[in-house]
Amino acid sequence: MALLKIHEPGQTPMPHAEDRKLAVGIDLGTTNSVVAVSRDDTPEVLRDISGGAAIVPSVVYYGADGAVIVGADAFARINDDASRVVSSVKRLMGRGIEDVKSIAGTLPYHVEIPEDASANGDNGPVMVRLNVGDRVLTPVEVSADILRALKIRAESALEQDIEKAVITVPAYFDDGARTATKDAAKLAGIEVLRLVNEPTAAALAYGLDNGAEGLYAVYDLGGGTFDISLLRMQKGVFQVKATGGDAALGGDDFDHAIAEYLLADRRAQNLADDVDTSAAKRLLKTARGIKESLTVRDDIDITLDLNEVISTHHISRAQFDDMIRPLVDRTVAITERVLDDADILPDEIRGVVLVGGSTRVPMVRAAVAALFGQEPLSNIDPDEVVALGAALQADALTGGSGNLLLDVTPLSLGLETMGGIVEKVIDRNTPIPVAKGQEFTTYQDGQSAMMIHVVQGEREMVDQCRSLARFVLTGIPPMAAGAARIKVTFQVDADGLLTVSAREETTGVEQEVAVKPTYGINEGEMANMLRDSMVNARQDMELRLLTEARVEARRNILAVEAAMKMDQELLTSDDSKAINTAIDRLQAAMALDDRDVINDLAEALDGVSRPFAERRMDRGIRTALAGHNIDDVARR
Amino acid sequence: MNTTGTFSGPSHKVCWSCKGPVDAVALFCDTCNAIQPPGQVDHFARFGVTPGFVIDLDAIEARYIALQQVLHPDRFTTRTPREQALSQQQATSLNDAFETLKNPVTRAEYLLRMAGQAPEGGEGHTVNDPELLMEALEMREALSDATDRSAIDAMIRDVRGAARDCEADLASALNAGAYERAKKLATRLTYLQKMTQEARAKKTRLAAA
Repeated sequence: MALLKIHEPGQTPMPHAEDRKLAVGIDLGTTNSVVAVSRDDTPEVLRDISGGAAIVPSVVYYGADGAVIVGADAFARINDDASRVVSSVKRLMGRGIEDVKSIAGTLPYHVEIPEDASANGDNGPVMVRLNVGDRVLTPVEVSADILRALKIRAESALEQDIEKAVITVPAYFDDGARTATKDAAKLAGIEVLRLVNEPTAAALAYGLDNGAEGLYAVYDLGGGTFDISLLRMQKGVFQVKATGGDAALGGDDFDHAIAEYLLADRRAQNLADDVDTSAAKRLLKTARGIKESLTVRDDIDITLDLNEVISTHHISRAQFDDMIRPLVDRTVAITERVLDDADILPDEIRGVVLVGGSTRVPMVRAAVAALFGQEPLSNIDPDEVVALGAALQADALTGGSGNLLLDVTPLSLGLETMGGIVEKVIDRNTPIPVAKGQEFTTYQDGQSAMMIHVVQGEREMVDQCRSLARFVLTGIPPMAAGAARIKVTFQVDADGLLTVSAREETTGVEQEVAVKPTYGINEGEMANMLRDSMVNARQDMELRLLTEARVEARRNILAVEAAMKMDQELLTSDDSKAINTAIDRLQAAMALDDRDVINDLAEALDGVSRPFAERRMDRGIRTALAGHNIDDVARR
Repeated sequence: MNTTGTFSGPSHKVCWSCKGPVDAVALFCDTCNAIQPPGQVDHFARFGVTPGFVIDLDAIEARYIALQQVLHPDRFTTRTPREQALSQQQATSLNDAFETLKNPVTRAEYLLRMAGQAPEGGEGHTVNDPELLMEALEMREALSDATDRSAIDAMIRDVRGAARDCEADLASALNAGAYERAKKLATRLTYLQKMTQEARAKKTRLAAA
């Protein structure tokens, strides 16, 4: 499987014309997933062969025969083979055992706690595993199976190989969950162009559809996560102002509230229940049906057959509203905080976009309308809007459109200091890319090493934040306490990925780590997982380096040619001949597959064009370049 | 990559791509269009405005967005790694400049540093302004006594009014070159901002309870 498509030289006149294959947008949801594509600024969801539903339930069935079934067919098997069905796996992405213990009771499957869970050492938290029939799976592998199914759907709908995608994640996903999502894509053979926050993707879809300008709020209540984002839209630029949310609050919790009510009601009717995981899955499926009915009806009668004990119940809309009120109030409180963060009043918001199936619940709509004093927009299907926005961004990143997304860090990033207190280095809602440094010092005489512990979160204490990485800066020369000057720099790129470096300023001792929380999947395990889907990872790497050499060489040639055209009069005929020969030789090498030869010949071109470049610089000095200032932006 | 380093004067330098002359503050090379490194430019110059505390933030933001539109890494996804790295540096510098100018406290501190002054503050710095300390104490008490959201809203309004007045004083102090006074006012503004944040946090806590 090739990660990069190679063009013959000459076929692509400009470096940026490299690779214009279609890239898709994927909404990898807790409950449902959707894949979409955008061409000519027009996004569309991709349906199954028969032109049916756009949504693919994020449910996987692992058959005894090794069969893996994804989607509606897997969901249907909950009734008769529940132990082999996995759903809502997104809630476990990037989570360690400690996180999961707190929500384990609400999960419809058995979570394996590894033996070494307590000895969590320097590898960080241990990743959870799921017992599914006779298999033990990580959430990453289950997500990869869902992504594979979406890839296949896209490939058959578009009749071409799909290798690149923009995948959406909740804005509130931390680094661990983002990395897990990228790992899942890698396993599925998908190169992630960018992880885009779900509410932002939704705003993209709305912004383009409605030509919207001004401040917009996106209220996104999905199956398992809640996100609220404030964006400013103008002329193709989408600027995220602030974002917040709760990674463990969603429509699934509504289902649980109903399920708990039903069990309590059965106890009140003196029916004893022993609810195993299979029964729990069926009960939750019933609860979900009740929730969906109550969005259109005022009340409902239910006959429940659980463990062959039949009971009847009655639930009204008002009762349901009472059950979910605390959950909805939580979303309102979070929204108010995000508005405060951005220093924005609710009445400054031009429009409110609803995303996620759970926003169909009438009480949720009413709460949002009351908060913002206006009816929310929902003219794009809330199940499809995120994937449509992701497709638009995939198009923008492959050079097909001019839209630009200016995003922020969703959570604060900091360091552990004395006493387990977190010192924030980059605050939440800081625009990315960003680089920030902070100086620390030693606290003991002669201290030669310093532990750098990187954490993510809003709380004051380290143990209440998520640990992202630890490393040790060694080789600090002996000094009195407080004399060393250790500068720690955090750098977050446009992808939201963090790199941390530490440097002792007086001596220049330096260390750097790319922060990649793996939650117990170590490199070896990842390699094993990858082996099945990507035998030729090494070959791909070679291919990538070769492509890079070609792109770089092509840029080099174009730059020299541009200079020759601009400053013709400075070119002697000898120069001209030598340069053209070097260009011809380089171009010939680019047609072949030896990257070392390409690099050598590119250097040779540099060498023969140097006298010419020096004459250009000389003249530049003489004419004492003035003018061109920062206003010459439009040039490209 | 100033291979011919003697030419790297303040007004122009060597383009890393075509090796020809390029204006020191140019974003792109005139000859080969290659993106250039951000260079040492003050935060105000990056947006083409003259340094000062009173700024037209809307105009600066419009400029910020126009610049991001051509410099952001998303515009360079299919270019060479070198160009991608430069675009990231440019976008990072832009974000740094805009974030610094956006907040009146960081803007004032930046102006102080430009004037060769060390602003007060930083962790561990003790405020020795008895008036400010007294004011802080009173507000903190009022905040902890507040039990309903409307009382907190009224407090937030008061604090924000005080912050606006403080900003006006800060502007005239900086303008007059009264740096010691400006440092004190910047500290006071920091504190007023913190108070607003704490009041909002308390409001959220009351809502959740």
